[in-house]
Amino acid sequence: MSNESFFYQALVYLATMVVFVPLAKKLNLGSVLGYLIGGIIIGPALLGLIGHGGEDLMHFAEFGVVMMLFLIGLELEPSLLWKLRAPILGLGGLQVILTAVLIAGLSFLLGMSINEALILGMILSLSSTAIVLQILGEKGQMGSAAGQSTFSVLLFQDIAVIPMLAIFPLLAPEGAGVAHSESTSLIQNQPAWAKTLIVLGAVSALGIGGRFVVKPILHIVARTRLRELFTASALLLVVGIAVLMTLVGLSPALGAFLGGVVLANSEYRHELESDIEPFKGLLLGLFFIGVGASIDFRLVLAEPLLVLGLVLGVMLVKFVVLLGLGRLFRLSGDQNLLFAFALPQVGEFAFVLFSFALQSALLPQRIVGLMMAVVALSMALTPLLLLAHEKWIQPNFGCGAKNPEREPDKIDEKNPVIIAGFDHFGTIVGRFLRASGVRSTVLDLDSDRVDLLRRMGLKVHYGDAARMDMLQSAGAMQAKLIVIAMETPEKNLEVVDAVKKHFPHLQMLVRATENADAFDLMNSGVLHIYRETVDTSLRMASDALEMLGHRAYQSQRAARMFRRFDEQSLKGMAAYRDDKQYVNVVKERIDELQKLIQSDSYTNLLVRDAGWDKENAEERT
Amino acid sequence: MAKILILFAHPAFERSRIHAALLKATAGLQDVTVHDLYEAYPDFDVVPKIEQKLLTEHDVIIFQHPFYWYSGPALLKQWLDLVLLHGWAYGHEGVALKGKYLMNVISTGGKEMSYSPEGHHGYPLKQFMLPFLQTATLCHMHYLPPFVVHDANELNAAQLDKYAEAYAKLLKGFQSGNIALPEAQRQHYMNALVGAPTH
Repeated sequence: MSNESFFYQALVYLATMVVFVPLAKKLNLGSVLGYLIGGIIIGPALLGLIGHGGEDLMHFAEFGVVMMLFLIGLELEPSLLWKLRAPILGLGGLQVILTAVLIAGLSFLLGMSINEALILGMILSLSSTAIVLQILGEKGQMGSAAGQSTFSVLLFQDIAVIPMLAIFPLLAPEGAGVAHSESTSLIQNQPAWAKTLIVLGAVSALGIGGRFVVKPILHIVARTRLRELFTASALLLVVGIAVLMTLVGLSPALGAFLGGVVLANSEYRHELESDIEPFKGLLLGLFFIGVGASIDFRLVLAEPLLVLGLVLGVMLVKFVVLLGLGRLFRLSGDQNLLFAFALPQVGEFAFVLFSFALQSALLPQRIVGLMMAVVALSMALTPLLLLAHEKWIQPNFGCGAKNPEREPDKIDEKNPVIIAGFDHFGTIVGRFLRASGVRSTVLDLDSDRVDLLRRMGLKVHYGDAARMDMLQSAGAMQAKLIVIAMETPEKNLEVVDAVKKHFPHLQMLVRATENADAFDLMNSGVLHIYRETVDTSLRMASDALEMLGHRAYQSQRAARMFRRFDEQSLKGMAAYRDDKQYVNVVKERIDELQKLIQSDSYTNLLVRDAGWDKENAEERT
Repeated sequence: MAKILILFAHPAFERSRIHAALLKATAGLQDVTVHDLYEAYPDFDVVPKIEQKLLTEHDVIIFQHPFYWYSGPALLKQWLDLVLLHGWAYGHEGVALKGKYLMNVISTGGKEMSYSPEGHHGYPLKQFMLPFLQTATLCHMHYLPPFVVHDANELNAAQLDKYAEAYAKLLKGFQSGNIALPEAQRQHYMNALVGAPTH
């Protein structure tokens, strides 16, 4: 234990991750809870494998939050962010202000000074971006109305940290020398207008730099074709943004988020995502372990009722505010509950702000110590709370865990064709069948799209085609065939399995995204498989031949011939496919492509049709 | 001035000598429309509306094609099936093509001798044209004797030039009226009228 070498620490943390996270996943608890429990167990309270390193670790691992926001920014196009401005400012602003005022009021009534009460209120109004987004992401809830609202609130809170840091010194009790946390910020001693200018300058530098400096640099780096160099650049980018933001006194997380948004449209978006992603995951994991380890159980055990009361009290206040705001912003009942259950904890920024408040003598030591434990416990309770919500509360709404937003539609049609999945792919199938006078029953999982299409007068039903009862009510007993065109290969396989099991008489036509999916579908015994891009790219290729001056008829025949060859070799490969599970998807694709190209044994598809050439004519006569 | 429509059907035009030369000879001629069927309908989805409009706009319709299996290439047959509709081309009200002239311009590897009771193909070439003849008749059109390039695989460049020249002369003759169409109907092959060789 005394051996605090780097390797020893790495061993402890990595082992904790590898042991506890799969365990938690197995128990359906989610990864966050796994990390937290791991942290508690290896922390000073139980095994004591890490001492009070927990908090130091968290300072380091907070960088995971920065990375997470960078990644979130990458996913958000600026236009989408602009659309979210109302919930960010309205919902987020009201949440922070109302919660801060309520908690400050209660603290004041409990005997704190008004300044202390205000500081406490502000700090406790924040929630944990790291925990909440990770959990909602894992549950696939980010796209739902509750997910969007949650995200908006968290984003506003990240922004709110900046003015809070600015206000705190003003609330210092007179005479108390406010200890400037030196050297962290360039602008600490500047007048207010200069601060504003510098902040604005930094943000626009981010916007302009992202577009005109970062992109060209990434381009140069990408051309070196050294993968690790690109990873290094991606990390450098995020670290650089964080440093810049810290210099001007902005939250690094917010800066990283903006940097992500700037690069959301760039061609390197996916590269950056896949490079940063593992670091983010590891650091966040460390962060959660740190939270678990830093819970001061001695304090908790010394005054269990007080700590518990505070945790529940804080969470209850925040919960009630969230519930009220959710209603005000027209979240439907179950979405509102999810929203309120997601955000009642106190966030990681509280650790930063509390230590700042302690250094500046804004809050007494005892309160800070107590509150640190409260914050950590509230964070640890969040995954449990959401789990309870999913298990016991949500099922009472709507149709159950899978589709919290909406009940599946009741369907009274009986058509020969069922179309499962109605995005751009399924739509074309549906439109064509309709135009040919064939009636089909359409099932789709995107409730917004269903509403839109319904308003346009199309009969589309909301529901999950992988569910037996849904298929049944869509008329699967009477239908002749089902077009399976869900958005992901996994979902397609689910539907295939459901159909095979419950409605074996249905002929299946299944969409595949790429060769790997086609193999999986072949393995499941699907006969009619349609790879998304094959026909289109071949049409493009034959058009290219035509533009080069080849006759249209021969070009198109060559394309059709190519498709037949391609499908044959695909079938051949499926039969002899390696059983080894590829860990690396890219490697797998390259191997397959290599095999396919090797099987392109024909030298020229624009073959001569035998029979009418001079040589053949001579042969005949 | 007679307007001429050449419906050209060749699935392997990129390797054709004969038809390349013949079509080249038509280039620049006024009121001659060349419609390349295999290029227009590589997927065989002939659009009747377009074709019928073309037909009504012209007076002399020429099927130019290699002589495949004693007939035209597959797309020409598809064209006939889809375009010459009842009520339009034939039947009581089908008079859209009435009075127009129809003719085949064909190339074949066999010499003219091989198209005889003693020859390889057993029958005179014109006898194989019977389906075209009767198609024209049913559509109230006048069927002209074919312009034939025999021995297509053996022709040298000079011989080919002669055919091409003669073809251009034939088309010009139709247009100027120098070739009286009713009279031309009595010919064995059109070749004789314009001094084209026969092999």
